[in-house]
Amino acid sequence: MKYLSKLMAMLMLMALVFPAVSFADVSLVGSGASFPAPLYTTWFKTFSRENSGVQVSYQSKGSGAGIRDFQNHVVDFGASDAAMTPEEISKVAEGVQLLPMTAGEIVLTYNLEGVSDLKLPRDVYAGIFLGQITKWDDPAIVKANPGVKLPSENIVVVARADSSGTNFNFTQHLCAISKTFKDKVGFGKTVEWPLSQNLIKAPKNDGVAAAIKQTPGAIGYVEFGYAQMAKLPMASLQNKAGKFVAPGLKSGQAALANAVLPENMIVFITDPDGDGSYPMVTYTWMLFYKTYQDKEKVEWIHKLIDYCLYKGQAISDKAGYIPMPETVVKKVAAAAKNIK
Amino acid sequence: MGSPKETPRKWGDSFATPPSFGDVVFDRVFRGVAYAFTVLTILVLAYIVFEIGGKALPAVKEYGMQLLSSSDWNVNRKVYGILPEIWGTLYSSLFALAVGGVFGVAIAIFLTQDFLPHKVEIVLKNIIEMLAAIPSVVYGLWGIFVLIPIIRPLADFLHEYLGWIPFFGTKLNGPGLFPASLVLSIMILPTVAAVSQDAFRAIPLKTKEAVYGMGTTRWEAILRVMLPTASGGIFGALVLGFGRALGETMALAMLVGNSNQISLSLFSPANTLAALLALNFPEAGPMEVQVLMFAAIVLLVITLVVNVIGQLIINFTRPGGAR
Amino acid sequence: MTARQVDNELRKPSFEKNPYERRALQSYVLSTLTVGMAILACFPLFSVILMLLYRGGQRLALTVFYSLPPTAFEDGGGFGNAILGTLFMVGLAGLISIPFGILAAIFLAELGPHRKLSQAARFCAKTLTGLPSILAGVFAYASVVLVMGHYSAWAGGIALSLLMIPIVMLTAEEAIKMVPRGMKEAAYGMGCTPAQAMMKVSLPVAMPGIITGVFLAVARAAGETAPLLFTALFSDYWLEVNQPTASLAVLIYNYSGSPFANLIELAWSASLVLVLLVLVLNIASRLIGQRNK
Repeated sequence: MKYLSKLMAMLMLMALVFPAVSFADVSLVGSGASFPAPLYTTWFKTFSRENSGVQVSYQSKGSGAGIRDFQNHVVDFGASDAAMTPEEISKVAEGVQLLPMTAGEIVLTYNLEGVSDLKLPRDVYAGIFLGQITKWDDPAIVKANPGVKLPSENIVVVARADSSGTNFNFTQHLCAISKTFKDKVGFGKTVEWPLSQNLIKAPKNDGVAAAIKQTPGAIGYVEFGYAQMAKLPMASLQNKAGKFVAPGLKSGQAALANAVLPENMIVFITDPDGDGSYPMVTYTWMLFYKTYQDKEKVEWIHKLIDYCLYKGQAISDKAGYIPMPETVVKKVAAAAKNIK
Repeated sequence: MGSPKETPRKWGDSFATPPSFGDVVFDRVFRGVAYAFTVLTILVLAYIVFEIGGKALPAVKEYGMQLLSSSDWNVNRKVYGILPEIWGTLYSSLFALAVGGVFGVAIAIFLTQDFLPHKVEIVLKNIIEMLAAIPSVVYGLWGIFVLIPIIRPLADFLHEYLGWIPFFGTKLNGPGLFPASLVLSIMILPTVAAVSQDAFRAIPLKTKEAVYGMGTTRWEAILRVMLPTASGGIFGALVLGFGRALGETMALAMLVGNSNQISLSLFSPANTLAALLALNFPEAGPMEVQVLMFAAIVLLVITLVVNVIGQLIINFTRPGGAR
Repeated sequence: MTARQVDNELRKPSFEKNPYERRALQSYVLSTLTVGMAILACFPLFSVILMLLYRGGQRLALTVFYSLPPTAFEDGGGFGNAILGTLFMVGLAGLISIPFGILAAIFLAELGPHRKLSQAARFCAKTLTGLPSILAGVFAYASVVLVMGHYSAWAGGIALSLLMIPIVMLTAEEAIKMVPRGMKEAAYGMGCTPAQAMMKVSLPVAMPGIITGVFLAVARAAGETAPLLFTALFSDYWLEVNQPTASLAVLIYNYSGSPFANLIELAWSASLVLVLLVLVLNIASRLIGQRNK
């Protein structure tokens, strides 16, 4: 009996002591897109450190999960790089305010020994994801990469296993450049890839990058920052103007300049014009309710948004994201006033 | 036991007293609580089935048995089917059972048929049991960074030279059924080994003495007498191991490749019910959640049936018969 | 040598061992095979432990025990909050499952071992041991997270307790059954109420066995990931029980799928810590169990 009572006493003590370990008065919880997660977590951590009395946490789960959590009211804010559909918005009684927070490039990254500079024409990368091009030494790839030694290996496509905004933007772009893809696959947060043998699915941007890193002959799509951090090579893609463009800050900004942000803050850049534009860029959004019950929370939410829009943008570039143009920042700051 | 009374009772010189009121109340409450918790055990299981089943019901109404037979999973078109996951669950578990079962029984023989001094036997037994203690997610981590690189050359070799056999029909890209099942077999090995050992130990010493007395070699004794005698228990061990393999989640979610397809090839990526739940549940939409709840019920039913059968076999083959 | 002598020689059975005889060879080959298999079966355990020590040990320093997880762009960091989260949730699960399991076990072993109710409860407990851990998570999500409206350490603890209850219950039942009949009868004979007999005689005697079960259950719960995936989720901050909560197991799962070297190193270190915790609990339970045999 002594054992048991001691054990129970210990457990009781633990239960009593641990809840006391909390510092912040206000806690904001968000979840969603993995695409901007490295940037968001850095922002939030710094923000929480600089402001005592608030703690912002973010769960990188994928855009689909973010929207669902947001609809179920289990979080204070969500994040998605596929924005939200009107149908999804209609399910939130308080109303939804979407705010673009940053932008990023989706890059095609691969794992091929000795190949560090791959060029992919638009019909080729669409073909790879359609399952029409299955070997690395396919004539179409060889033709675009003179002088590069390509192995006769299978192309292993790494796709997203979860419901993802990166997936949404990527397939939207593929639909824009390939009619076959549009007819056969379509676009969405999850799609049914027309490949079976050489397809691996992994959760989140992290998982895709990790799977590519561990699989020889793999190719997949992730946010620029992930590829950069994981030291994976990124392919130069052919843009609408027919030029091969490597991903980077400049080409991203050039592409972003194509889009004008409408009233509801939702815009997708499926296939930007311009010689120097990288073909796949997207804004990524945070989702807020239009009204909150807790006044203190609202105050912090506004402070947080301000932080992200001004101080935060300064580090976006370093983290592999594209800082938003000033005009956009102004528009977003104005729209943020709708949150009450 | 009540306060001691100074004066003895009327008859006899006894200090014994009937239980005080407090004792009686304590006894009643104690028994009542014990009874309540016992009932609660049953209710918990019933509530789990009810909660998951209730949430799955709309999906069954909407899609019916098509859920079991379709192999499409497309959220946009709202088409769902869990056939590939059922296939992947059974295939990976059966493969794991084949490997883990053979090893498990071999180890049970090794540990019970006087191959080793008693002390070494105990050490080895503990080592094998420790295999079960390592968390599934650690096996997953080990699988990704250690096992897959190790087996990749072997898999490439098998695919190149024996590719005409359907089992080796595709190239191992990394995550896939093969590494997942191997890890699974490591995880069920301790279960199979432990329960089989019990079965071997239950063979009366006299049987053993009689067999060796006839001048058999060790393996004649094992193959002709010990194995058949212990076969019931071993079979139960295999079924229990199978049940464990079916419900395993994390190692599989990390290693299986999560691809909705039915393929005979061991090297192709696949998916299992448990991995489907782990990966898709967090972001599923309302309809998808119902389908996932349905998948959960299917998994529950399969594991329940297998475990109950295993338990029954073990109970009935135990010396002394059914309990 | 005459023909007759040769004939006799042939008929006399040979009792000498002939190593090239078929049956001897078969025995030899099979024995070698078994030894080989036993060695091979030990390989994964040693491989896992070696890799943990090698890759996890590199990063293991005191700082990881009290630092917060790093973001993708930071170096360093640790998993202090995950250790705390694991301890809290396992502790909570223990608070629920230990009294639950032991009291139900008392009923099963002593108060009504042969009643229909006991048989049904025993069956349910055995079924619950085979419950896939992910289903415990699904259940806790449906019945706790959705009702409370947010992810929390409570939901994680409740999910874990579902896995611990049957282990505690079944081992405790066995332990109480092992208490010699005579001791219980002596207690009853002295006029104890059933509750007194249990509390003062059976439970103390059965305690080592019960503790073994409790340790095993705690070890199992500490290593579980699936029930926490969508109940406790994960957090980069210190424990707050009504918020998403970090745990070692989920941290390993999240970071193992990461492409960043720093996070992968942390996953290995966390695995080392988790495995050490689980192995220590296991060995402790074994020692307690063996001492009393």
